Amino acid sequence: MNKFTLHTGIAAPLDRANIDTDMIIPKQFLKSIKRSGFGKNLFDELRYLDEGQPDQECTGRPLNEDFVLNKARYQGASVLLARENFGCGSSREHAPWALEDFGIRSVIAPSFAEIFYNNCFKNGLLPIVLSDAQVDQLFIEVEASEGYQLTINLEKQVVVTPSGEEIAFDIDGFRKHCLLNGLDDIGLTLQHADEIKAYEAKRKAEAPWLFGAIQ
Amino acid sequence: MAGQTLYDKLFDAHLVRTNDDGSSLLYIDRQVLHEVTSPQAFEGLRIAGRKPWRIDANIATPDHNVPTTERSAGVEFIVDPVSKIQVKTLDENCDEFGILEFKMNDHRQGIVHVMAPEQGAILPGVTAVCGDSHTATLGALGALAHGVGTSEVEHVLATQCLITKKMKNMLVRVDGALGVGVTPKDVVLHVIGVIGTAGGTGYAIEFGGDVFRNMSMEGRMTVCNMAIEAGARVGLVAVDQITLDYVEGRAFSPKGEDWNRAVEAWRSLVSDEDAEFDEVIVINGADIEPQVTWGTSPEMVVSVSDQVPNPANETDPVKVDGINRALKYMGLKADQKITDIKLDRVFIGSCTNSRIEDLRDAAKVVKGRKVADNIIQALVVPGSGLVKTQAENEGLDKIFIEAGLEWREPGCSMCLAMNPDKLGNGEHCASTSNRNFEGRQGFGGRTHLVSPAMAAAAAVTGHFIDVRELLQANG
Ligand code: SF4
Repeated sequence: MNKFTLHTGIAAPLDRANIDTDMIIPKQFLKSIKRSGFGKNLFDELRYLDEGQPDQECTGRPLNEDFVLNKARYQGASVLLARENFGCGSSREHAPWALEDFGIRSVIAPSFAEIFYNNCFKNGLLPIVLSDAQVDQLFIEVEASEGYQLTINLEKQVVVTPSGEEIAFDIDGFRKHCLLNGLDDIGLTLQHADEIKAYEAKRKAEAPWLFGAIQ
Repeated sequence: MAGQTLYDKLFDAHLVRTNDDGSSLLYIDRQVLHEVTSPQAFEGLRIAGRKPWRIDANIATPDHNVPTTERSAGVEFIVDPVSKIQVKTLDENCDEFGILEFKMNDHRQGIVHVMAPEQGAILPGVTAVCGDSHTATLGALGALAHGVGTSEVEHVLATQCLITKKMKNMLVRVDGALGVGVTPKDVVLHVIGVIGTAGGTGYAIEFGGDVFRNMSMEGRMTVCNMAIEAGARVGLVAVDQITLDYVEGRAFSPKGEDWNRAVEAWRSLVSDEDAEFDEVIVINGADIEPQVTWGTSPEMVVSVSDQVPNPANETDPVKVDGINRALKYMGLKADQKITDIKLDRVFIGSCTNSRIEDLRDAAKVVKGRKVADNIIQALVVPGSGLVKTQAENEGLDKIFIEAGLEWREPGCSMCLAMNPDKLGNGEHCASTSNRNFEGRQGFGGRTHLVSPAMAAAAAVTGHFIDVRELLQANG
């Protein structure tokens, strides 16, 4: 999993409440056998004018020029500014996979759906909850100046605006530790690799027939 | 201090550490992989730049999606594009990571839970996982086997460990002996009828008592297979001479001096005399009759001599509602005799009942008889290439074909509607599989779970019949 420590990137304002997981990644793309490659279908129905099909080449599809991520000034955006209840709907982990694959590293919103919020941390994506007023302020600033970038300092738990203003946010200590160190469940277990190896050595001594037999 | 149950022993012997949150890290000796739940796990490894912890702990085969008709031309002949891509992806992943895979046309290919013990890949005393809930099957060997999800498949690939919590212990004891024509499938269906589909939730169930002690390994696998239908993620049978005889001489079983050492270690894989179980269920084997499910949950089961239940006899409104809904979906009437249920298809197969004994049981019934006119299709799908060969060596294929049943290539087939073998809307099927949920065998399909002998009897009569009547006629 990608570490998240300090990140600076272009912010894009997605001014719509209750963005659900079906909007983030429509269901026809879930049949894939992969967990990468969903970025080109992120927000498919909002982003393109035609109906997307799995395995379809997306370059050349008619774009919805009004959609925020299609606008020239937001190209390369990596921080998504959103409204309340972002990520509601199904538990599909494809939603954070799609955001991450597209290049989004952090989503800032007044509130998130719980499962989506949890799934973000498993995939190196940082969801940040700010107050309605703070999010409003960021929307105004982003829309006012082209090339507006935000810096997110996870260690200090602040979002830094171009003027240097620091907006503090809360995050669970354990989740912060995992993101700072790039630890997903597997990463956490691998912190105990020495104990696993010690067990394995003992197992091998006791039951050597379980090792090297299947090849 | 009270003694330990078999589950306790297996758990403790694999405990690597207890995490701060009370969960445990359990070392996993074996992982069995198939095409449906592994692709994203491999992809996850690649994205994170990780390698499998131990290649030689894994074994793979495609089963859920493979066609069971002539398929010598290989993967390219799978018609459904998603199925094809899943099977191909398994092949590619196993090739890339160096994991042993029995590919679609390898004669050792089969349903994961049939193939793995048959190869000696699963042995007594091991911990095993597979991305499929019927992994509990493997507990028949005295192994601790868990069905897991895709993220856990990846976790085990990467760390050789499973994060888990210890379960409670349940003993299901079936005493005495089974009557003639009553099979392990009837036993487990009866048990599920007694404890309910949620009765085993949170428990590891050990099956004990004379009935299981005298049961073959194939039968024990049938029973453990369906532990999950009683809500238990783990089913277990203690190791005895029958286990050892089954394991000896298989491809990946220990040999020579290792065998002797292994046998010595395995003999302790029984619950201690004074072990305490959190729950004990006692059933008299002689009370069990051939079973038939009438509804849309495995607990909706009765004896073949019984009738479809009448909601008017129920007081619990939730149950009344459940019965009414099931009756409607199944197109049955309250109080209808089970033997009056007309059938359209018969399926003999699945990880529950596709082993050699199951096929022998079915063949004995259909021998010299013909599939009834109202049966559109009767399938016999062996659980693996090896089972298929053995059955052919015994001439069982000819018996089936002569009787008008179809003899197929190994795979999951009509157990679930993921490959071309499916039920039509509204069709009734006598099926030896393990789930009778709505739509499980095809949209609108109506599944009745039964033993292989009962399915065979249904095939030749066109409706349910107590198989003992036919066996008697055989003399
Ligand atoms: S036969 Fe059915 S239950 Fe068994 S593994 Fe295949 S699909 Fe699952």
